[in-house]
Amino acid sequence: MWEYTDKVKELYRNPKNVGVIEDADAVGEEGSMICGDALTIYLKIKDDIITDAKFQTFGCGSAIASSSALTEMIKGKTIEEAQKITNKDIVDFLGGLPEEKMHCSVMGSEALEKAIASYKGIPVEEKKEEGEIICKCFGITDTLIRKEIRENNLKTIEEVTNYTKAGGACGSCIEDIQKILDEELKRTHDEKPAAKKTALTNIKRIQLVEKTIEDVIRPRLLDDGGDIELVDVDGKKVYVSLRGSCAGCVSANVTLKNLVQERLREFVESDIEVIEQK
Amino acid sequence: MQDIIYLDNNATTMVDPQVLEEMLPFLKDRYGNPSSIYDFGGDVAKNIRKSRIQIAELIGADNEREILFTSCGTESDNMAILGVISGSNKKHIITTRVEHPAVLNLCKKLERDDGYRVTYVPVDKEGNLDSGMLKGAVGNDTAVVSVMYANNETGVIFPVEEIGAFLKEKGVPFHVDAVQAAGKIPVDVNKIQCDLLSVSGHKFHAPKGVGALYVRTGTKLNPLLHGGHQEKGMKPGTENVPGIVAMGKAAELALTNLDNEDRIKELRDKLENGLLEKFENSHLNGAKNSRVPNTTNIGFKYIEGESILLYLNEKNIAASSGSACSSGSLEPSHVLRAMGVPFTSAHGSIRFSLSRFNTEEEIDTVLSVMPGIVEKLLSISPFWDSKTNRPKNPDI
Repeated sequence: MWEYTDKVKELYRNPKNVGVIEDADAVGEEGSMICGDALTIYLKIKDDIITDAKFQTFGCGSAIASSSALTEMIKGKTIEEAQKITNKDIVDFLGGLPEEKMHCSVMGSEALEKAIASYKGIPVEEKKEEGEIICKCFGITDTLIRKEIRENNLKTIEEVTNYTKAGGACGSCIEDIQKILDEELKRTHDEKPAAKKTALTNIKRIQLVEKTIEDVIRPRLLDDGGDIELVDVDGKKVYVSLRGSCAGCVSANVTLKNLVQERLREFVESDIEVIEQK
Repeated sequence: MQDIIYLDNNATTMVDPQVLEEMLPFLKDRYGNPSSIYDFGGDVAKNIRKSRIQIAELIGADNEREILFTSCGTESDNMAILGVISGSNKKHIITTRVEHPAVLNLCKKLERDDGYRVTYVPVDKEGNLDSGMLKGAVGNDTAVVSVMYANNETGVIFPVEEIGAFLKEKGVPFHVDAVQAAGKIPVDVNKIQCDLLSVSGHKFHAPKGVGALYVRTGTKLNPLLHGGHQEKGMKPGTENVPGIVAMGKAAELALTNLDNEDRIKELRDKLENGLLEKFENSHLNGAKNSRVPNTTNIGFKYIEGESILLYLNEKNIAASSGSACSSGSLEPSHVLRAMGVPFTSAHGSIRFSLSRFNTEEEIDTVLSVMPGIVEKLLSISPFWDSKTNRPKNPDI
């Protein structure tokens, strides 16, 4: 059912650098057998250069391939260079991974980070406690969730689950993940020098409305099986049409005022008025 | 394409060549609509009736009019449960923790959105249903009880006759999901005393896209879909004639081949015993003696199921796994978890399910390639010490 790239297939068939380095200078462990995937990475380091890397993985094809890719990528690199490797780089090396398997590449970059931390003498325990556990089933912290949202430009809960596994089991943390997503989306938006304060031109306003609906509002509605269409923008009046399960939903009006209008006021202009076009 | 060794017959089966032969005319010249008045169409209705009789015979129904054709097992399950409860003001449903998602997710939806109370009866560590607990859960407000005949992952058979007799006395409607039992063991709706029973064609060598629901005469059932008169108005829409004809033929062949199940059981046991003997860190999931004859589910510790499947795939062998990775969800199989199989081996569980088309040679091939696969994956596993050939921590 998975569409693995040839590179992934090649690496799970014949993984490179499998095994243990007995006198390793750094070891990083991530995951557990209970979670369904686990990785231990062993590094040999000389003069801050990674001279050898080996791994052991319990997991699916993409976990084995990601681990193998990671060890290939870091050999010969300095600690500083290796530290910059993100899960995205692992995915690129593999020529892509199925969305649902992104967490395998994250496991790689996390294990590497732990190995380097142990080399630098930062106790592993201390590192673990960084951040607040959001997903209790898989022990995923808000720190990791925020990191993956930023690095991979994640917009929906489903994407967060694909990358971090958070929310993938009992689902009780879904609301907390949504809160983090909202905060992160707002943060990235705030960081961009928005023309909020100065008066917007019509064209700029329309662009911002479109972008906010596409990036912030639509993913939320899609999660609930709904959808939204921008019908028209007339001055500060924004005409939208709710679709899917939102159409005719008893709480459509609440959605319109609390989600759509509030977000547009937050991101575009504080006196935007949203009107539903049925 | 190289010949595949297909050991995933609980997922779907190959269409029997005789079944294909039987359905082909209805994909070619005999395309008439069975509802039409002229012979070219009307005659097709006779073939549908014949198919109904063949299905009735497979499951021991008195009258072919008690058989409704559907599009799949999932539709049969939904039609049965929703059809019964929508005509009742009772608000309690009883099912098991190990049902197929077709029943389980429907019950969860009814619980979440529609004010129903659902009792999910547990299983023991061998996957046997606690029928005493099920009986104890039946009350005045129970609208329907839905229990699978045999579990798709472990093959474990549930005591549906015992449950049926009890419910008959209580007057509670009883639905049996027999998708994994029909064609593998004798099924008799009168011995079970059920009111409704679901089967699916492609699990016994008919093509995909056709299922059936047995509805005992006198059972009150409301339709899910509204439209024409087809299938007594319960499944309106022009019939899937080729599929229905095929499923009838497949049912006839399944019935005549039931004797063959002893041979399938022998092959299954050879595979199962061979693997359990070869691998110290493996164990059987499911009760050894009360299973359908074609299924075995084996847990391998310290290695992960999807990677086993991918390596089997390299050898052109098809099987399935209850591991989290292979399903696209992040949790291992709900069935194995309900049985209390530890996560550590649930992730490494492999299901082999056979059919009458498997040969002993194929089983020998699997037995000969598995050691290499297990060894290779153990050598990659962080939980295994390749030097001592032992788990690093035997307690997990």
